[in-house]
Amino acid sequence: MLRVEKLNYDVKGRKLLKDVSLQVRKGEMVVLLGSNGAGKSTLMRLLACDQKPSSGFISLNRQPLDEYDQRTLARCRALLTQQQQVSLAFKVREIVFMGRYPHFDAVAQPQDYTIVDEVMELCGISDFSDRVYMSLSGGEQQRVQLARVLAQIWDNPDSLLLLDEPISALDMHYQQKVLAIAKALSRRGYMVVLVLHDLNFAANYADRIIMLKHGRKLFDGTPMEVLNAKNIYTVFSVEAQVEMNPKTLRPYVKLEEMTLDGQLVTNII
Amino acid sequence: MSVKQRIIIVVLTVSLVVVATFSLGLGAYHIPVGDVWGLLMHKIGLSNLPTEKALDDNVLFVVRMPRVLLGLLVGAALGVSGAGIQGIFRNPLADPGLIGISSGASLFAVLVIAFESLLFVGLSQLLGHYLLILGAFIGAGLTAFIVYRISLKEGRPQVTTMLLAGIAINGLAGAITGLMTYMATEQQLRTITFWMLGNLGGATWENVTAVAPFILIPMFCTLFFGKALNAFALGEMQADLLGMQTDRVKLWVVTLGTLAVGASVAVSGIIGFVGLLVPHTVRLLGGADNRYVLMASTVMGAMVLTLADVLSRTLAAPIELPIGVITALLGTPVFLYILIKEK
Repeated sequence: MLRVEKLNYDVKGRKLLKDVSLQVRKGEMVVLLGSNGAGKSTLMRLLACDQKPSSGFISLNRQPLDEYDQRTLARCRALLTQQQQVSLAFKVREIVFMGRYPHFDAVAQPQDYTIVDEVMELCGISDFSDRVYMSLSGGEQQRVQLARVLAQIWDNPDSLLLLDEPISALDMHYQQKVLAIAKALSRRGYMVVLVLHDLNFAANYADRIIMLKHGRKLFDGTPMEVLNAKNIYTVFSVEAQVEMNPKTLRPYVKLEEMTLDGQLVTNII
Repeated sequence: MSVKQRIIIVVLTVSLVVVATFSLGLGAYHIPVGDVWGLLMHKIGLSNLPTEKALDDNVLFVVRMPRVLLGLLVGAALGVSGAGIQGIFRNPLADPGLIGISSGASLFAVLVIAFESLLFVGLSQLLGHYLLILGAFIGAGLTAFIVYRISLKEGRPQVTTMLLAGIAINGLAGAITGLMTYMATEQQLRTITFWMLGNLGGATWENVTAVAPFILIPMFCTLFFGKALNAFALGEMQADLLGMQTDRVKLWVVTLGTLAVGASVAVSGIIGFVGLLVPHTVRLLGGADNRYVLMASTVMGAMVLTLADVLSRTLAAPIELPIGVITALLGTPVFLYILIKEK
């Protein structure tokens, strides 16, 4: 279980996160929603222990996050970040294999190779496993990085899987597929936290949705509880109609067309 | 490491042995390669020495052998630290000179040359030629340390700051070196030039044994950082998330690189392009996996420098060309060719 209590994080006097508390249970898939700059990525980095909070407390599986040995933590938490550049001419398979680095010292075990093959197959990248990463399209690169992150924690269902906008560059098919993979992993016991921007994906796949604004947690609950027109307007300043999808019993969000106010339009023209 | 990468390393190693053996015989005084083998066999007690070969024996073991060994050591040092530094900076165009190691070493060496007769008379008598080596070594260490300290932000080294600080320190060291050159006497100028262009001519058994540990130990230690440097390619944050302790890796690789390059600049002067070009070529041959790149760069660095030294001894024999001139003359076109081909 992941427990977060009264988390604050400031950089140079700016408060990026204010008093955020939350919990993620084993086997739960939680989606973070919020506008740009709301603190989602910052929160993800704190949960990954990449940054230390200014104050507050995070524990993973009953152990405070800052008491973990770096290598041990690497075997039970993985974070897919938004930036995914690789500077030298590494091949796809080599990149995915790096996900197994925390699990061996000098010589990889047979199971490491098996896992790499499995996750590459799952993410649909086996066909170009010998190509150089830099030569791939953005969406392909994103799937390679996802495969690497999955390889890192593949054999430990007590892990925390953090995916920061994992489908931002993907086509429709892989958007669905990646969310389905995340969901399936949560059913195997993983704690999964994702940042998404599509409200209907969030509604369909999340067990729970947390909505952030200006570094604060405003709403936290099941999709039915928190995805309503009022909350959506509060967080995103966007008019929306929310219905219930009778097949899934989950909310379905229809966005209204946005009109620019008069002054802005004159400026454009 | 893939099969292909293993094969490349084996091929490079075999070529290294061949090149080194031939280079023992070549120079102003030529010894046929068969005789080189004969003399080597005799040295380890496997055959008798024909009397007329006494001169060959002398040239081979007193002059050539230390020189070839020094070339191997310096080349390996430049190759492996080039590969390590490029890994840390995640940039195939980085090299040890970039963070001020070489320019710091040369600045201090030039200071020693310029002020030897004025300030360091006592030391000079005590240490002799070693004073220059010591000076260069201290210079390399000091500049690398300053650059490293400047790059620390909240206790963590920032790679871009390190790079920029290195460029600044390079400029400063270059200016002071230039000033010293400007003020130097005729004799000093000759020494300075000789040294700035790189030269293995000063090789003696004392030099080689003095410098060997400072090169061999960092070299072998650097080879163990392949995995960590691979993770660095994903960015420092991901390397950290993979449990790599990036701050420690940076400190170690830079320290080991400084030791090896500082030591080699100290005995052979500045030899450019090897640290830049060798790892780059190695990557083109067999891929970017640093476990392979580090090892292959070590072997190839040693081979390239041995070859360059043969050329410097034979091209205009009996005059010796500075080896730094050879590596730059050959390195530049090769490098430009690679750049254009990669576009």
